[in-house]
Amino acid sequence: MTSGIEVVITGLGATTPLGGDVTSTWDALLAGKSGVGPMTHDWVEKYDLPVKIASQLVVDPTEVLPRVEARRLDRSEQVAIVASRQAWSDAGHDDDTVDRQRLAVIIGTGIGGAITLLTQDDILEQHGLRKVSPLTVPMLMPNGPAAHVGLELKAQAGVHAPVSACASGAEAIAWAYRMIMAGEADVIVAGGAEACITAIPVAGFSQARTMSTRNDEPEKASRPFDTGRDGFVLGEGAGVMVLERREFAEARGAKIYGRLAGIGTSADGYHITAPDPEGVGQSRAIAAALRSGGIDPSDVGHVNCHATSTPVGDVAETVAIRKAIGDHPVLTAPKGALGHLLGAAGAVEAIVTVLSIRDGIVPQTLNLENLDPAVTLDVVAGEPRKIKLEAAVNDSFGFGGHNVALAFTPA
Amino acid sequence: MSENVLSGLAEIVEEVAGVAADDVTADKSFVDDLDIDSLSMVEIAVQAEDKFGVKIPDDELANLKTVGDAVNYITSNK
Repeated sequence: MTSGIEVVITGLGATTPLGGDVTSTWDALLAGKSGVGPMTHDWVEKYDLPVKIASQLVVDPTEVLPRVEARRLDRSEQVAIVASRQAWSDAGHDDDTVDRQRLAVIIGTGIGGAITLLTQDDILEQHGLRKVSPLTVPMLMPNGPAAHVGLELKAQAGVHAPVSACASGAEAIAWAYRMIMAGEADVIVAGGAEACITAIPVAGFSQARTMSTRNDEPEKASRPFDTGRDGFVLGEGAGVMVLERREFAEARGAKIYGRLAGIGTSADGYHITAPDPEGVGQSRAIAAALRSGGIDPSDVGHVNCHATSTPVGDVAETVAIRKAIGDHPVLTAPKGALGHLLGAAGAVEAIVTVLSIRDGIVPQTLNLENLDPAVTLDVVAGEPRKIKLEAAVNDSFGFGGHNVALAFTPA
Repeated sequence: MSENVLSGLAEIVEEVAGVAADDVTADKSFVDDLDIDSLSMVEIAVQAEDKFGVKIPDDELANLKTVGDAVNYITSNK
């Protein structure tokens, strides 16, 4: 870029169905573990839902947060706080290192406080107005995760909450890139949070026929690019990264995981839920990320795919990758292990992409046993693959036709 | 000052706002000393109504600045 500004990553935080932090999540991913298991909620049987599995947190946020703090937060806000504290501390910002007017928070969510909305609706129905929590609105609002983290850090350059379904977490990171490049902030805490494993989202996604019903083999249900895939597995969690203007990070001696070299966003203008099978919009986002990062497509060694394990979406993405980059990048789809964290997915998977560059290793796509013959690209399966990466792209797409691509390079 | 009402109210404040019950003494201001916000005060009032069988209308709630104010109101209205 001509501005001379670069955006680097200095801190990572996560709580996922594979682990309560980034290290345990990364280790479990490389070890081929699955985060998917049976749902034990009473509403699964009560409504006879066709989906009885989900990808649920290993460490419940209420085990980490003080009781009174937890009771004031929706679960989506709890996970945002947990991941943000990890990232902030990891970046070495626990000491007062930043002018708060140069600090922003951008945390997206796909669904927001669905659990609070439904719980309070039950309370209103059963016990009347008096028992409805005065915290209902700040708990259910989709900007709640961003607002709570922003308040804790006293961020005053801006607090934002992109809502673009399953692209929300990635869009938050893209937004951070734009703010830093525009000179609006030096440090940004950005990511995604989601925790909506409750009756209505499961029922609604089921009715849209988008979810796997492989209830008898939960750990095998999420299988991107495999011929036997039958839909995604709903997950919960949060991923947050600290992004900084490179000069600012270097001046304070911060460790640098990698660089967010470029970002691209686009919209399909095609269908409310289905991806364009030709991958036109997706490929434009990827191409834009490379262009803004000054990256030649031939230097992209790896794409961390959005691939959710749905029959149509996975193939469309490979069409887009081929269009924008070519047939040389090595692919993986972390949702095989993580399930689909909706608005947190893009952020958690961006973290995975950064670690792939740092460690020179691409995790395997869990459960990929028989590659769909419509996929003619090299997808890592079976075990992780060592590969030195000059550049890697992370894709995220969402219902509504939202496309986000993030291009990362080494530190 | 009713010790029963005070200790019952302190339990509610601890449950809602995380203030140790021992710190909930008559002279403390809910806002200035115990750092309780207006949202939590609504929750505390609803729980106190149920526990002590009183009504605490919004305009009365606004006048209950200290723990002692609340204990006296509850004691004289239950």
